[in-house]
Amino acid sequence: MMLAAWFLQATNTRLSLGPIDLTIIVVYFALVLGLGFYLKKFTHTGEEFFMAGRDMTASIAGLSFISANLGSLEMMGYAAATYQYGILVAHAYWIAAIPAILFLALVMLPFYYICKTHSVPGYLKLRYGEGARSLSAISFAVMTILMSGINMYSMAIIMKVILGWDIHFSIWVSSLTVALYVTAGGLLSAIFNEVLQFFLIWIGCGVIPVVGLIETGGWAGMVHRIQTNFPGQDFIHMWRTTGSFTGNPMGVHWTGIVFGWGLAISFGYWTTDFLVVQRVMAAKDLRSAQLGTIIGGFFKMMVPLIVILPGLLALAVLPFHLVPESQGNLPGAHTFNEALPLMLARYCGPGLLGLGVTALVAGFMSGMAGNVTAFTTVWTYDIYKPLLRKNASDAHYVAMGRWCSLVGVFVSIGTAYLVMNFSSIIVYAQAVFVFFIVPMFGTVILGMLWKRTTPAAGFWGLLAGILTSFGLWSWVKLDPSALQLVAFSEHAKDMAENVYRAMWTLIANVLVTVVVSLFTKPKPQGELRGLVYGLTDRVAEGHFSFFQRPIVWAAAVALAFVALNILFW
Amino acid sequence: MKQHFIPIWFFIGSLLAFYGVLVLASAIYEMFVPPAHPVAMSGLHIGIWWGGGMLMLGLLYLLRFWPKRMK
Repeated sequence: MMLAAWFLQATNTRLSLGPIDLTIIVVYFALVLGLGFYLKKFTHTGEEFFMAGRDMTASIAGLSFISANLGSLEMMGYAAATYQYGILVAHAYWIAAIPAILFLALVMLPFYYICKTHSVPGYLKLRYGEGARSLSAISFAVMTILMSGINMYSMAIIMKVILGWDIHFSIWVSSLTVALYVTAGGLLSAIFNEVLQFFLIWIGCGVIPVVGLIETGGWAGMVHRIQTNFPGQDFIHMWRTTGSFTGNPMGVHWTGIVFGWGLAISFGYWTTDFLVVQRVMAAKDLRSAQLGTIIGGFFKMMVPLIVILPGLLALAVLPFHLVPESQGNLPGAHTFNEALPLMLARYCGPGLLGLGVTALVAGFMSGMAGNVTAFTTVWTYDIYKPLLRKNASDAHYVAMGRWCSLVGVFVSIGTAYLVMNFSSIIVYAQAVFVFFIVPMFGTVILGMLWKRTTPAAGFWGLLAGILTSFGLWSWVKLDPSALQLVAFSEHAKDMAENVYRAMWTLIANVLVTVVVSLFTKPKPQGELRGLVYGLTDRVAEGHFSFFQRPIVWAAAVALAFVALNILFW
Repeated sequence: MKQHFIPIWFFIGSLLAFYGVLVLASAIYEMFVPPAHPVAMSGLHIGIWWGGGMLMLGLLYLLRFWPKRMK
């Protein structure tokens, strides 16, 4: 998401679509609407509407889990970042994802699943009480709906600059489609569309690496071309250049990658952001939830094939050099952000181009649907039910959920128009979004692993983390020289600054939580059963065969993760 | 979930098969009537391979997850 604002600044690529391409796009819209109305008859109860009946298989939960994260903005943004920083950006898919995803699967999911909560704020209620739940739920609801609107506006801008579509047309058609299918089928409908999106993205964008590697004569040929086009610059090593802040184009040290990106941001996002966690909580049993998460982790590890590789191929094959956004207005200039659309236009003829564009549209719509379903659940179960109407019937909450989906989409549209008028809000919202989830991780993980953590500490630790992240962000905005202190280097780029700010945020959150815990009264152990390590029965796996056990597949993914890092060291 | 819905894989198979036909047909047409401005590596006729692959995959999913067969 932090790349969204960056991407929005400018592109001027125009792809022209033919009748076949338009047919592909129209069929996609028809199918997602049809699916929404078909699934409506299976979503009557709260459990069915908000949690998809907790009936998903491991593969569906896993693909949905990863698709909720695989938005088009991230894809285009990271392809652009690869053109700028090289393969270093693949850290976003490996160290900044895989350890956290495996940790979620093996350590945290059992707690989420055993306590049968509907949401992450719901877990905080059980563990800490109403204060921590309300703070996290309200912040999450506001951020989610804001991000949904920004996502929609971003899509409209990109459709305008790439395809020449009218902004209002893109916003309203896509939003109303999402509103109809989410209101009808709830999380079930969103999950179905996310699985569909997964296939579309791989098939739509998979052409680029295949044809690109044939054109360059394989990996070695691609590297040779990059070195010829950009002599003296290292775009193909992930760790070798991170021994100093100035040795790599991102201006980041390995400590920032490991502790900021790999620990604070990554664990915060993957283990406590309800947008993704909700998908695996909808699995039919704990083992399916764990396996689904691990499946999602495997595919996350493979995403660089369709995002990072196109960025590297752009460095190798484009006959001109892309330029920063600040030079985007020069005649004939193409910016970094155009890397993926340019590669799509380079290799995709009629039909394939429509497929690629449909994949991008599907990514945007799934992203919006993901935000709306997560918002709906948190609003209904964590704000409306405990604070506004406690004892209504299940049917009432389902009706509230459907209305909330609709209202959520319309508020998102309003946010999209707000952003259109005040573009700086985008930059502000990215920071708020990224750094709200980091303190959540500290609060949740301490609650799960340390029974001494107290209800007061849960609330104050979370608040301290949020305030620290806001404070550091504001400090650097008001006094740019503070970057030297926050990110240890005046050369730190935005991405590097983010990872270090996340690290400080997590440290503040953990410190305050621990100190307040030591001076306040913990909950009785009887109230912590099923919520905290040491007071929760471990789920026996003895009756499963070797290859049915999540730990085995997690180990396989972990080994592949290590191998990839060594391979591209 | 008490009622059972048609599996998502059936819908995915339908979409892949349909898109496969469109991409394949479009690529075959381009082979005989080349466009004025062909894309890079157009000699590979990637649309034929890609469209054919999608059609095959879609048909496999349709066969495997056809609703009556699932019952």
